[in-house]
Amino acid sequence: MKTALLNAPGGAETIDARGLSVYPGMIDAGTNMALVEIGLGVPGSVDLAENGDFNANAKAIIGINPHSTHINVTRVNGITTVLSMPEGGAITGQATIINLNGSTQSEMAVVPTFGLVLNFPRISTVSGFNPFSGPQTIEFSEAVKLRDKRLEDLRKLFKDTENYAHVKEAYAKDKSLPSPKTDLKMDAMIPYVRGEKPVIFTAERERDIRGVINFVKDLKIKAIIMGGQEAWKQVNELKQNNISVIYTNVYNLPVRDDDPYDSLFETPAKLQKAGVKFAISTGDQGPQVRELPYQAGLASAYGLPKEEALKAVTLYPAQILGIADRFGSIETGKIANVVITDGDILEPRTNIKYVFINGRMLPLTSRHTNLYEQFKDRK
Amino acid sequence: MKKITVLLFISLFLLTTSNIAVFTQTRKANDVLIRNATVLTAARGTLESTDILIQNGKIARIGKNLKASANAQTIDATGKFITPGIVDCHSHSMMDGSVNEFSYSVTSMVRTRDILNPKDIAIYRALAGGVTAANLLHGSANAVGGQNTTVKFKYGHPIRMGVMETIRDAFMRARDYRQSWIEYEAKVAKKDKTAVAPRRNLELEPLVEVLEGKRLVHAHGYRSDEHLNLLLLADEFGFRVATLQHALEAYKIAPEIAKRGTGASIFVDNWGYKLEAFDSIPYNAYILWKNGVNVSINSDSDERMRRLNLDAAKAMKYGGVPEEEALKMITLNPAKQLGIDKRTGSIEEEKDADLVIWNAHPFSVYAHPEMTMIEGEILFDRARDITNRAALARERETLEKMEVNRAPASGGTAPAIPREKREAHRDDADGGHKR
Repeated sequence: MKTALLNAPGGAETIDARGLSVYPGMIDAGTNMALVEIGLGVPGSVDLAENGDFNANAKAIIGINPHSTHINVTRVNGITTVLSMPEGGAITGQATIINLNGSTQSEMAVVPTFGLVLNFPRISTVSGFNPFSGPQTIEFSEAVKLRDKRLEDLRKLFKDTENYAHVKEAYAKDKSLPSPKTDLKMDAMIPYVRGEKPVIFTAERERDIRGVINFVKDLKIKAIIMGGQEAWKQVNELKQNNISVIYTNVYNLPVRDDDPYDSLFETPAKLQKAGVKFAISTGDQGPQVRELPYQAGLASAYGLPKEEALKAVTLYPAQILGIADRFGSIETGKIANVVITDGDILEPRTNIKYVFINGRMLPLTSRHTNLYEQFKDRK
Repeated sequence: MKKITVLLFISLFLLTTSNIAVFTQTRKANDVLIRNATVLTAARGTLESTDILIQNGKIARIGKNLKASANAQTIDATGKFITPGIVDCHSHSMMDGSVNEFSYSVTSMVRTRDILNPKDIAIYRALAGGVTAANLLHGSANAVGGQNTTVKFKYGHPIRMGVMETIRDAFMRARDYRQSWIEYEAKVAKKDKTAVAPRRNLELEPLVEVLEGKRLVHAHGYRSDEHLNLLLLADEFGFRVATLQHALEAYKIAPEIAKRGTGASIFVDNWGYKLEAFDSIPYNAYILWKNGVNVSINSDSDERMRRLNLDAAKAMKYGGVPEEEALKMITLNPAKQLGIDKRTGSIEEEKDADLVIWNAHPFSVYAHPEMTMIEGEILFDRARDITNRAALARERETLEKMEVNRAPASGGTAPAIPREKREAHRDDADGGHKR
């Protein structure tokens, strides 16, 4: 890259970064950041899942708590932007992309409503849980039928929404037609049904990823796979259909005893080699999103080239989230989400020296540093 | 020394667990000479371009240009790093779900060693992460545990006030029980024919051993106040708590812990998943270390167990624990807490050859174990693992085609080949679980 000598404009603050490294702020494209404060046992702090199965109109940005302790804890480790998404039901709602700074939701929002999150229906032989006898099961063939029915319901909902959009359009042009009754859920789905915005499918196993691919081909929609444990088994189809993968399984155990012990560490390297567009994400609710650089690094310990590991938590998530014109790399004209470190940002021993979001230098304080200050010298 | 674990949480646990090295087979291992490595001893600093000679499973010599016998295996470790095998002081591997004894409040009689599954794949995965020994504990469901479970009823106290009284009550009963034996033995010594032996109590015997200092206590807890209350209770009964388990807020009471010579086994940076973990900070290790507390960093998870080296590295980042001290937190320190430091936990002559060979510095995120050995026996070898994969895949393919493994949907029975255990929380439909 060409470099030029720069002169600071009058009044600019100068930082001497000799010996330090400058990185784009990292992006975690698969979290529930600021929707959950304490996941277990404190229901009042959890805004994760709406009631019901189809909640296209539920928007994660509305549930974001700009004052969540997780925000500071995460950004002081160099993560400046996240996707945060709701969970629960078949269509959980719309994910949001936020910067990890701001006093209000709108100050934080990068893309307030980015993608429709759809839990792709799975074949499950577990029908319930009995506290005395454990999981209750049904026949596999029965489970397949149930999955097919749920899939058909979704397909119908997408088709109905398409028709609904036509009716609305027709009415807008010709007011002599009967006025359509407003349906907020379908209204919310229109840009996704038309392929203007991406649907984020949570899917892990091969058969579900195959199912997503067929669903996407059939309905001609834009898609991202969230999870992607076995995405490497469908690389050609994913590439052909322009489906990218947000991989959330670095910190996970292989599913079968006879799987190679490093199979989930190695998946990013396989996706990269095959040319599938992918990003590495923690898939975490909030507390451990700060682990993002180490997950990328661990993928590199098992085959992903170092430069690719860095891109997997900066440029690639920006590209998948459609914000690479503003985020994900250090280039003239991009938003100044910048992190300055004393070493390789993916190494756990590296210290973060400065964090900038939207060009603003942020204090490196969090609930953790506050408690540290409070107790470190207690005698 | 025997060990006992007191678990203090929403309820409080007390249980026996002799420390269990994951592998304790006494197979005969060949002599091994590892050449020209960077050796992180966890006891005497870092040694460059150093050889390690292993004989009869022990570290025979550490030095330069060592000579081995003709039949010794030689491993060229030029450019590689060697650490002691990692010791995980808090794990539930090999327990097949039998982590909690849901019966009495006080079940000092149950033993984890009775239910261990030696074929758990978690063992191999742990070895592939450089772990060679682990402390396998019960969970945190009831109030106190023991060695024999003949009668079961529902469990204990729901809140801290009751839990502390349950522990106090148990130790009171143990003290009285001990007294009754002392009185009985005094009568016997005096040849008093009215002497009647007290009824043996398997619940209280382990607690008596605690009172007599014959058992180590591992105390499970989260908040600093509950651990401090337990330390005060131990003061009251005159025993020492060896190790606080979890101890997420131990940094708040570091001087009190240090004063009693108690250790702490902690997560390096896991926090926020429940209210009791909300004040857990990654500086915990540093503050405890600075106060002179013996700190170990544990996994409490078959998943995290595979990357404890990175967790130790974080102790350097948060607060600034020196490198060797951070390494000790996953090797020598937990070995001390488990009373096995005479044998393992550091690279020193005459200790067991429990070693890990890494492709890079173990605190680098780009490092992975290439070889893990216990008592000189190579139990994980990445190169061999990779070579064997094709054969393993072929074997599975053959097995899948066999009649007994026909898919249930096509009329077959449950397959007799390894099944899937899914833990990804977004795909828990088959009963998989997280944490």
